[in-house]
Amino acid sequence: MTSHVEVKGLCVTARSAAGETFPIVSDIDFTLQRGEVLALIGESGSGKTTIALTLLGHARPGAKIAGGSIRVGDADILSLDTKGVAQLRGNRIAYIAQSAASAFNPSRTIMDQVIEPALIHDLMPRAQAQEKAIELFRALALPFPDTIGSRYPHQLSGGQLQRLMAAMALITDPELVILDEPTTALDVTTQIEVLRAFKAVVLERGATAIYVSHDLAVVAQMADQIVVLNQGRIRERGSADQILHRPADEYTRTLMAAARPAIRPTPRCAELPTAPLLEIRNMTAGYGKIGNDGRPRIPVLRNIDLVIERGATLGVIGESGSGKSTIARVIAGLLPPAQGEVLLKGEPLPPGLKGRTRDQFRRIQLVFQNADTALNPAHSVGQILSRPLAFYHGLKGKPARLRVLELLDLIRLPATVIDRRCSDLSGGQKQRINLARALAADPELILCDEVTSALDTVVGAAILDLMAELRKELGLAYMFISHDISTVRAICDNILVLYSGTMVDIGPREAFTQAPFHPYTNLLVGSVPEMRAGWLEESGVGAPPTPIGALSADPDLCRFLARCPARVDGLCNITPPPRSGLSKGNDILCHHSEEALTKEQGAAA
Amino acid sequence: MMASSLRWARSLPLSARIGLAFVIFWLAVALVGPMLAPYPVGAFVDYDVFDGMSSQYWLGSDYLGRDVLSRLLSGARYTVGLAAAAALLASATGTALALTAAVGGAKVDEPLSRFMDTLISIPSKILSLVLVAAFGSSLSLLLLIAAITYVPGNYRIARALAVNLAQMDYVQVARARGEGRIHLALTEILPNMIHPLLADFGLRFVFIVLLLSGLSFLGLGVQPPDADLGSLVRENISGLGEGAPAILMPAIAIASLTVSVNLLIDGLKGKRP
Repeated sequence: MTSHVEVKGLCVTARSAAGETFPIVSDIDFTLQRGEVLALIGESGSGKTTIALTLLGHARPGAKIAGGSIRVGDADILSLDTKGVAQLRGNRIAYIAQSAASAFNPSRTIMDQVIEPALIHDLMPRAQAQEKAIELFRALALPFPDTIGSRYPHQLSGGQLQRLMAAMALITDPELVILDEPTTALDVTTQIEVLRAFKAVVLERGATAIYVSHDLAVVAQMADQIVVLNQGRIRERGSADQILHRPADEYTRTLMAAARPAIRPTPRCAELPTAPLLEIRNMTAGYGKIGNDGRPRIPVLRNIDLVIERGATLGVIGESGSGKSTIARVIAGLLPPAQGEVLLKGEPLPPGLKGRTRDQFRRIQLVFQNADTALNPAHSVGQILSRPLAFYHGLKGKPARLRVLELLDLIRLPATVIDRRCSDLSGGQKQRINLARALAADPELILCDEVTSALDTVVGAAILDLMAELRKELGLAYMFISHDISTVRAICDNILVLYSGTMVDIGPREAFTQAPFHPYTNLLVGSVPEMRAGWLEESGVGAPPTPIGALSADPDLCRFLARCPARVDGLCNITPPPRSGLSKGNDILCHHSEEALTKEQGAAA
Repeated sequence: MMASSLRWARSLPLSARIGLAFVIFWLAVALVGPMLAPYPVGAFVDYDVFDGMSSQYWLGSDYLGRDVLSRLLSGARYTVGLAAAAALLASATGTALALTAAVGGAKVDEPLSRFMDTLISIPSKILSLVLVAAFGSSLSLLLLIAAITYVPGNYRIARALAVNLAQMDYVQVARARGEGRIHLALTEILPNMIHPLLADFGLRFVFIVLLLSGLSFLGLGVQPPDADLGSLVRENISGLGEGAPAILMPAIAIASLTVSVNLLIDGLKGKRP
């Protein structure tokens, strides 16, 4: 049997600002049989998307396909003219982009967009295309398959749009589907649903697919073959089983190691009889006018109580929209809470920015997720780092410069970056500068908002190591906000699980390694893909919840109710859940007893 | 100093270098032009009107038989000086107010923005008429009129930019650091909006040249026998049919001035100094 897709000696070059041509990817060879899924895996800048796009006969502006050959079925892609390529795209070769939310046109209905490829290529009449689309919606397990097509993109969630994008790609029964990081932007709990839908459709239709991803564990669920890329070259190529369990290449092993964050030891801080570093008491916050009951019109956080000891690390996890970042904003004073108070070393902090002393500002520093937007592009590294020095410590001139150099040394960057602008630095370097700016203040607490999420796993792991080290050297306390439970488990002493602004689970990290959990924690833990084939099929999470009666009007009802697989009719929908302690040391917000949860989750696992 | 500015000029893209050359040329004309003029500005030197180019009158004569070259050399000063000063004044005021609004929150932003809307709704020509009627035409009044007319437009654009930038993470970090409003506005926000503002400055400059020539046409602008480039075009409009240099030359002068200013500004945009 001859191969269905064949790539030989592919080279893509780009032109630098100085006018020199340099290769982005070179010597790429791989073949793919009909019905197989091949994964291209690598860090950002490894050329995986570039390769995926060449299969569509496309090179991004500034780049050029310089050599090699690509055959899909009987078509030699690189010898086709513009018209021939247009015939192929969206017809025989389909592409699913990373961010479906921005790939859909917001002013047209879903159905119009999903059937568009079939109509453009004149493959079938509109009615037939719509029928086929509905069939695909059903196969992709979308809600209301018959009517979802008449909605607009903003009415649907990111996970649903991603599946609709797959429907759009599959409507023409393409010979090759290219999936470019289709689940990277999604929460883990959504990712598992989308992966299941993709896998079912790929199996059912026998589609040949190329899956581009940086996440080995996700790839393990989908791929038959894996190609590991690094800096535009193939490092290793083989069956999924071989790469995952017997990687031959050094680089593949680094990737595998970074994907499973090592648990970093946490220094035990001496128990002091003084007040904790930070305490939040019964805090409620949100946006809009504050009503008569003391709650804002759009509440984001409800009844938050937490304590961070000196030198300790609290991890805060939850999916997007759970209010993780809002906690950091409230502590930093950017959003005054509606109720409750924040205490620093036992003294209440003024709710907003106004009235805080410079020393209070200094003790709490904020580090944002995206270093691209968190560092002022108009300033040089030196300017960025010396501002807090001048502002808090009055350091100017030579002493300030010396301290900046010290800081650069602390974050392991060469002194030469001091006069460069952040746009010249890599993502990991920028994140280090971002961290160094907070360190320049000599803070006691650093609020880290998803600091490693935008980074590659290897780079992110280095940042985590750096943070752990700084903590040991400087006795810093962190509040570490993340959506990734394995990262949080790796570096935090205590973990807080947020769902829709309520604290559903809080406790020491040891309590988050085995059941029983709060049902939501269980969903989170169970949704993290494991690095082995077959996990997706075996994993029991995401089972549809049992039907339930009407809800009572109590605003404090369990927020997770709508998705909870363990909910109880007549209890969960009538009375607010109590906060109860488990023997492992964590507090959960749930009606279920420890025994019931153990039984339930033991059975599911 | 000289060497470094030469190196800077050489690093610009070609279009910007052309723009720079013309801008320098016009600045030079504005400075020394009247001294080079072969005839006095208001002198009737030719018996023919709308004369063609000749060795005696390099750019021909105008509708009253005055030397076009002399009038152009003297007029450039008004256009370049007045329009540039007014555009600078308008942009600086508008941007300063916009930054105040962006870091001041809704309490400052709302009244200021509504006040600017009110200013926008006043027709600029009528306002100029009233002001000139009340105070009599003078260069400083023209400067003020042109500046006031274009402040709201610049304010709108600068405010939109500043409000967006004020939401950026680095500004939030600076706020959480406890920085004051002046630092936020001048150090964190302003440097990141300077390029679009330069483009806006180029646009305002062109508009002000047009406004001034409109005022001159009504007899309210630069007073005869002096004339700015705009009024040179206006007063010689009847020569258009014969293609007289008297109208073409001032028009080309305005075009080369405004286009070169914009070429230069566009060229600066992609560059980081």
